[in-house]
Amino acid sequence: MTQPQRREFLARQIVDAPPNRWDWALLPLVLAAIVLLAYGAAQMAQPFHMGDALPLSLDPWQLPYYLLRTTLRMFIALGASLVFACVFAVLAAKYRLAERVLVPLLDILQSIPILGFLSITVTGFIALFPGSLLGVECAAIFAIFTSQAWNMAFSLYQSLRTVPAELQEAARVFQLSGWQRFWRLELPFAMPGLLWNMMMSMSGGWFFVVASEAISVSHQDIKLPGVGSYIALAIEARDLPAIGWAIACMLVAILLYDQFLFRPLVAWADKFRFEEGSADAAPRSWLLDWLRRARATQQVAGWCQRQLGRTLTLFKRSHDGTSIRARPAAPSARAERVWDAVLAAGVLFAIVRLVQFVHTEVGWHEVAHVFTLGGYTLVRVLVLIALAALVWVPIGVWIGMNPRWSGRLQAVAQFLAAFPANLFFPVAVMLVVHWKLNPDIWLSPLMILGTQWYILFNVIAGASSIPNELRLAAQNLGLSGWLQWKRYLLPAVFPSFVTGAITASGGSWNASIVAEYVTWGDTTLQARGLGSYIAQMTATGDFPRIALGIGAMVVFVMGLNHFLWRRLYRLAEDRMHF
Amino acid sequence: MTQSIIELQGVGKAFRSSDGRERPVLSGVDFTLREGEIVALLGQSGSGKSTLLRIMAGLVPADEGSVRYRGQPLHGPARAISMVFQSFALFPWLTVQQNVELGLEARGVPQAERAVRAEAAIDLIGLAGFEGALPRELSGGMRQRVGIARALVTQPDVLLMDEAFSALDVLTGERLREDILQLWRSGTMPTQAMLVVSHNIEEAVMMADRVLIFASDPGRIRCQLAIQLPQPREADSPQVRALIDEVYALMTAGATRHAAVAGGAPAEQPAPASLTDRLPEADVARMDGLLELLAEPPFGGRADLPPLADATGLTDAELLPLAHAVAQLGLATLEGGDLQITPLGRRYVDGGHRLRQQLFGQQLLAHVPLVAHIRHSLEQEAQGELPEAPFLRLLAEQLGGPQAESVLRTAITWARHGEVFEYDFHTGVMRLPTGDAAAA
Repeated sequence: MTQPQRREFLARQIVDAPPNRWDWALLPLVLAAIVLLAYGAAQMAQPFHMGDALPLSLDPWQLPYYLLRTTLRMFIALGASLVFACVFAVLAAKYRLAERVLVPLLDILQSIPILGFLSITVTGFIALFPGSLLGVECAAIFAIFTSQAWNMAFSLYQSLRTVPAELQEAARVFQLSGWQRFWRLELPFAMPGLLWNMMMSMSGGWFFVVASEAISVSHQDIKLPGVGSYIALAIEARDLPAIGWAIACMLVAILLYDQFLFRPLVAWADKFRFEEGSADAAPRSWLLDWLRRARATQQVAGWCQRQLGRTLTLFKRSHDGTSIRARPAAPSARAERVWDAVLAAGVLFAIVRLVQFVHTEVGWHEVAHVFTLGGYTLVRVLVLIALAALVWVPIGVWIGMNPRWSGRLQAVAQFLAAFPANLFFPVAVMLVVHWKLNPDIWLSPLMILGTQWYILFNVIAGASSIPNELRLAAQNLGLSGWLQWKRYLLPAVFPSFVTGAITASGGSWNASIVAEYVTWGDTTLQARGLGSYIAQMTATGDFPRIALGIGAMVVFVMGLNHFLWRRLYRLAEDRMHF
Repeated sequence: MTQSIIELQGVGKAFRSSDGRERPVLSGVDFTLREGEIVALLGQSGSGKSTLLRIMAGLVPADEGSVRYRGQPLHGPARAISMVFQSFALFPWLTVQQNVELGLEARGVPQAERAVRAEAAIDLIGLAGFEGALPRELSGGMRQRVGIARALVTQPDVLLMDEAFSALDVLTGERLREDILQLWRSGTMPTQAMLVVSHNIEEAVMMADRVLIFASDPGRIRCQLAIQLPQPREADSPQVRALIDEVYALMTAGATRHAAVAGGAPAEQPAPASLTDRLPEADVARMDGLLELLAEPPFGGRADLPPLADATGLTDAELLPLAHAVAQLGLATLEGGDLQITPLGRRYVDGGHRLRQQLFGQQLLAHVPLVAHIRHSLEQEAQGELPEAPFLRLLAEQLGGPQAESVLRTAITWARHGEVFEYDFHTGVMRLPTGDAAAA
């Protein structure tokens, strides 16, 4: 049984990275870069000459093959994310100057909607590999990469920064070199957090895989062979049974992924657990047990260990503390000032170009319009999270306090969180059309459909970890009704709730791009909001406006994180933990 | 003349607080570690002895003065200096053997030779058979054995022990100490010298050839005691008991600033207490317990500290702050390693809950300047309320951030007990007690 409410593994924005004025100062730089990419993409938009070569069928027997292609994309993206995370974290943790740029940069990149990345990069990738399938594949893989890489990079960076002091001292006293320290101390210490984030990101990644395989950019319609394209084709053909088959296929896929990847990896990560936690909470996996006992795995693992050992003894420290080379170099204030000056100059330049861009390409009126749309989406996200909290917190608390149900239902809630909710969107469209409902209001629940489960399973985890003595004391005192909630239950689950709400909020913003602009056959429903704006502009290929929409979403997400979620999280940390 | 291995001359270290001010942690430390000796460094927690140990290990650079290892200046951790840590510092994902081999692997020793040397060290330290165990499967004492094996396998010249036994229970700690001393005496250890940092007086007297007593604020060596007794030493022998007594006396000398208050007339004070003095971290309930124990037979109002430690079952780290606290509040006197209850202390012990509270509050205002200042400032406020921040700032200028916080916490706890003022944790606001606020 996994413990998803551990705060230090929290994936996205909630990290106690020191508040940095560069965070906001870097924003214009990144926005300018987005605009640049958009420009380049517009220049590179050429008709794609291979739409006829992709055989896609709605035959359910093709589904396993499509699933294979989809999973392959996810794994390639995962590998790339790991490499990126390692490089980023090591650079940011070891070099202060790099840290100043990289950490705010990551903060901003996390706020960019994933499907927004797709809109901008797909034409670029296609141009990179003209006349072959590779370009489109790269675009899809890149989209999935962005759903995983930032979380993992942040987690690894945080772990590198919080290695316990005594272990660091032991590493220095026993003369470990940098390479040795990374493999013997820092990476193993970071493993639990890294693996946990990896698995959570992959869980969330199914949603984006499905959405990123059927790409329609600037009136081009490209479908890569995979489950996502199958669904897109089914939607176009209004084939409800095919959707049913796709749902069944996803259920099987997530089950397989859970048993063959998620649980074994999380169980293996327990080996690296640093704190002396309760031994009975150690997660188990039949696959891991079997692999550990099998001779073949032992031999392979042994071989890998020996090779690693060889490199470790190779890269050893050549001198010790008695040599002059051990004298620490004085930090150069001048280098820092030069670096600051360069960054400041870059930021100013970016601001100037951005203002120019807005003035010439889209106009200030459009900017105001986009920000109003963003306001609508913001209201939707907040209202929906409040509603989801009202519904799921009491249920979650009830389940969590019931030990018989909590284990099973928490696993179910995790499963639901992984399941790509966009499979159900066509059903929603049908209902809205049938009953002639207002799409502005009734398309909104789609945004939270997939992400509300994060709130549920986090609250279940929080409620089930209320100390037994507190429960008995509350019972003894006869707490009941509103008093019980106000003084005992709500404060107890508040930290877990905040954890879940943060993830749900981030996921909802991402989902808004596909939830506010939904199609079924030739029926298209739009809700007024930022997500539908971006989706519309992507479909028509209006790159400056895509950039504007994405930039606006970044500002909204970052603002929400800074002013709401970080504050709530700090409140939970300071006042409401046991 | 035996060679000196580590030499410290005029070593000083200052920590920069968040407002840029420098606070000296160590100043003017002169110390030489010679071949063939075990030296113990005793001092209260927070006195800077851990910092000094880390300077000797090369982990922390000294701001002033020089650190030399065999005549060479030390810029970083040296190969020949090994360390054993207070909380073992084992890598949880490596087995016992891999942990012990760590230092050898880092040096590039090939696999076969590493395994042989590691197994020999594990055997020597008494953990044969546990090579494949993970640290989480071992008890505290066994983990520390792994730590010692890891430090010894690289055949260091100097072994530094940073409160190596304080995380273990008394019995295990004693056994481990005995095993190390046996190794030392047998001559099979290539180590030439050991430095043991501790706050356990008995441990220091049993192990060391020289005991250095560390003062704090700023940290410096207050005095030195040479121990000529031959090894093995008996904990119950009269010489050892006498030495322990002497060390207690040395450690508590000059600690009390206020002479006993006899019959209410204040005697003259040797040195005025300062507002930003460190307060002993003593729990009020334990202070009560200590005084009650002191007043009863067999002590009858006067006790030597070592038997008091035995009777209460407290460690030195816990007993000494209590003794200092009751002495500072005038409920007892502390001189020459003896604690004697004062007449006021007797009244305190005999009184009921109400009287004790009143006396406690009254003594706080008379003898703890910080509490008196806070109360005085509160009385001048119309609302009778003040935030804690200005007081924290005042303390931090002298003591540094974390110390300032702990001193204020202690003051607040005592003040709440004596109903001198109240405190709200969430807002950080101190206010007069509701009864007094109406009168103020």
